[in-house]
Amino acid sequence: MTSTILEMRDITKTFPGVKALSNVNLSVEEGEIHAIVGENGAGKSTLMKVLSGVYPSGTYEGQIVFRGQECHFKGIHDSEHIGIVIIHQELALVPMLSIAENIFLGNEHATYGVIDWNANEKRTKGLLDKVGLKEDPKTLITNIGVGKQQLVEIAKALSKEVKLLILDEPTASLSEKDSQALLDLLLEFKRQGMTSILISHKLNEVNRVADKVTVIRDGRTIETLPRKDISEDRIITSMVGRSLDDRYPPREPQIGEVILEVKDWSVYHPIHAERQVIKNVSLNVRKGEVVGIAGLMGAGRTEFAMSLFGRSYGRHITGEVLLRGKPLDLSSVSKAVENRIAYVTEDRKTYGLNLIDHIKHNVTLANLSGVSSRGVIDDMREMSVANDYRKKTNIRASSVYQLTGNLSGGNQQKVVLSKWLFADPEVLILDEPTRGIDVGAKYEIYTIIARLAAEGKAIIVISSEMPELLGITDRIYVMNEGRIVGEMAASDASQEKIMRAIVRGEGKKAS
Amino acid sequence: MSTESAPAPQSGTAEDVKQGPRIAVSALTTNLREYGLIIALIVIMLFFQYTTSGTLFKPVNLSNLVQQNSFIIVMALGMLLVIVAGYIDLSVGSVAGFIGALAAMMMVIWPLGIFSNPLVVSIVCLIVGALIGAAQGYWIAYHRIPSFIVTLAGMLIFRGICQALLGGGSSVGPLPDSFKALSSGFIPDVIGPLTLIPPTVNAAGKTIVGSGLTLHMTTIVLGLIAVLAYAYFGFRTRRKREAHGYEAEPFPLFVVKTLVGSALALFLVFQFASYRGLPVVLLVMGVLISLFVFVTKRMTIGRRIYAMGGNAKAAQLSGINTERLTLLVFINMGVLSALGGLIIAARLGQAVPAAGLGSELDVIAAVFIGGASAMGGVGQVIGAVVGGFIMGVMNNGMSIMGVNVDWQQVVKGLVLLGAVIFDVYNKNKA
Repeated sequence: MTSTILEMRDITKTFPGVKALSNVNLSVEEGEIHAIVGENGAGKSTLMKVLSGVYPSGTYEGQIVFRGQECHFKGIHDSEHIGIVIIHQELALVPMLSIAENIFLGNEHATYGVIDWNANEKRTKGLLDKVGLKEDPKTLITNIGVGKQQLVEIAKALSKEVKLLILDEPTASLSEKDSQALLDLLLEFKRQGMTSILISHKLNEVNRVADKVTVIRDGRTIETLPRKDISEDRIITSMVGRSLDDRYPPREPQIGEVILEVKDWSVYHPIHAERQVIKNVSLNVRKGEVVGIAGLMGAGRTEFAMSLFGRSYGRHITGEVLLRGKPLDLSSVSKAVENRIAYVTEDRKTYGLNLIDHIKHNVTLANLSGVSSRGVIDDMREMSVANDYRKKTNIRASSVYQLTGNLSGGNQQKVVLSKWLFADPEVLILDEPTRGIDVGAKYEIYTIIARLAAEGKAIIVISSEMPELLGITDRIYVMNEGRIVGEMAASDASQEKIMRAIVRGEGKKAS
Repeated sequence: MSTESAPAPQSGTAEDVKQGPRIAVSALTTNLREYGLIIALIVIMLFFQYTTSGTLFKPVNLSNLVQQNSFIIVMALGMLLVIVAGYIDLSVGSVAGFIGALAAMMMVIWPLGIFSNPLVVSIVCLIVGALIGAAQGYWIAYHRIPSFIVTLAGMLIFRGICQALLGGGSSVGPLPDSFKALSSGFIPDVIGPLTLIPPTVNAAGKTIVGSGLTLHMTTIVLGLIAVLAYAYFGFRTRRKREAHGYEAEPFPLFVVKTLVGSALALFLVFQFASYRGLPVVLLVMGVLISLFVFVTKRMTIGRRIYAMGGNAKAAQLSGINTERLTLLVFINMGVLSALGGLIIAARLGQAVPAAGLGSELDVIAAVFIGGASAMGGVGQVIGAVVGGFIMGVMNNGMSIMGVNVDWQQVVKGLVLLGAVIFDVYNKNKA
């Protein structure tokens, strides 16, 4: 007879202006593997943060009942104390410390602050045996691969007497072999009676190990499927089943000749030289066309765009880029800009803006020659350019002298867009142009994109939000694990089709 | 790529609206920061004027003050760019010492014939400085070795070479007078002096030194030209802004600022003119300061350095060649360190093994007192110059007061810490 180990009831979590979770219910039974699936941004990670105490009790509504007791976690420490351990997608290991040091970090066997290394290492050995990792406890984390690091994280969780293990996208950065090994390990834990929650969007994996699947969409629980009902089709329909309304400005595409063509583009990881991140990608974009690149996180879309844009990412880049049929030299960012290619980053704070400088200086940064002659900046010209783009893109700020660090996300995004519009590109690559900005600002960004396309620019939009791609693009490439796995006209496309292309691409590789 | 993140907190228009009136305030506070520093310098000067019973502002002491501190200010100009770019240079004192030694060896010891001419030697030394800067900058820019480490190595290396060149503990000199003029010379009075009050003649028929008032007219004329140019360009910029319909600072504020600035400048010019005129090194400094203000405020390369220091990745992705820019910043620093070294040697009249020892810390302190951020991306040339003078006036004033050198260090340290705490506090409040 199974009993319920965890019950989350009517969880509602609100961020200023956004309801991230509304009345989510989750019930996990002892000894099962419970998968949670949903699109990016559906609320999976938020739910897990509520569960693990990252968002402390009181900042959300609803009840958490664990092993029959209602819990009010004030922080991760509380949840770990009673045996709920979460392993995040980004591993929280210290690279220059050893496996043993990492496993017992903050939890060392010590008397009066003096660490008993023998005890630590002996226990580490035992834990490593459990997870099937054959490494010396003294090995530094940086010297083992991502797959093994994941196992160290799990061993660390086991060291805390875990009752409920939560894995957030554990296989996102693992190779196929490591992923299989990890899933086998989960099944082994299950045989030993441990309960786990697996967050994943790799449906073949869910299919393989999960006893139950809960689908989350737009911050709501859609349904919980028992083992016998789990099928990819069923899950996909459940994941994306929402309608498109007029959240997108109308547009009449006027598509012309091919402007940019990429052939056989391959890129290797900058650090792990043997890992091929982009595999023979070929695509093209036409004048006046908005082309989307769909895919899940980690599919390699950003890496593709950045490697294209002045080789800002990766090593051993091979392939050919043609601009209007002529080979194009994109070996540095300045050459890319000269050739009128622009890339608007997905991470505006890290890669897009100088946050300690004001709007005016940020807008002109990529095209200083446009406001200067012989290296001397014309202050008045710069001023009028900045004011001009402030109006054009509707940046809401008191003046162009406002620091970009003080702007809201949407306005920051408009500053980055302005910067690249002033560089007067012919091809514009927009990477997650609406990430983390509110609905109103999103519509404004879509309007700008539509206007640019009408002006005859060739636009590539990378987005993890499928409705957005369906709403604003003319053609969609689907990318997965560094490959193009599908291409479809936006009019023929649907979220199901895209998701299917992704899943099939993965399935193909697995077999 | 980050994990799927919770929807980011929506900072909506309410926040933007709230920032509306803030612009006026922020314009005022940024100006206050700049003026505040100058006001602090004036207050410090008045304080020492009082405690030294009027010695500080004596023409001869002002000349001394400039000559003693000019190398710090010159090197601070380069250091400002280095720090704004997000780096540090600990080697400047040692490079200055080494260049001084090199110059002395070339002029006094080595049989170089006409190449021992001070002008030729100075040019060679500046080129060597550029090469040193390039050598250090190369590792920092293209191999991403932390500047702290590269220049710490440079600090040891060039101090060592400096001492080796001079053959252990000995000093090399005397240096030719034409070279010493770089530091201790005054500009020639091509217009001719104007005697306002004839010097007192004593009973023996000899004039008493320092009595009467004779003005160095070239200095007066140059000073007037500089002040008029300052007022004119200030006014023109203002007019241009208004013509384009942009808000400029309120007119009364502008007038007061210009008048006070001009009055201060004229006062100093008068003091110099009543002694022996403008020190050569002050002229050199003035030209360099103007150049660096122009480069940082008006030129694309200056803008790029600020962008790189503010967010190197974003600058790179905006098409800025950050490696080359870093190299240039260090070459510039090398040239200015070399110039600093020449100025030190010219003032001492000889090269000594300890020349410039520890001056890197004064230079860095000047830049930070001047409001630069240790994180890069923030800092003004004028700030660094005023910071340098604050350090210099404190050195000078405390020396005249007879404060022990040990305690001078303590006071300077406290002032540096206080200035930076003031900055951080201001920033957090804003």
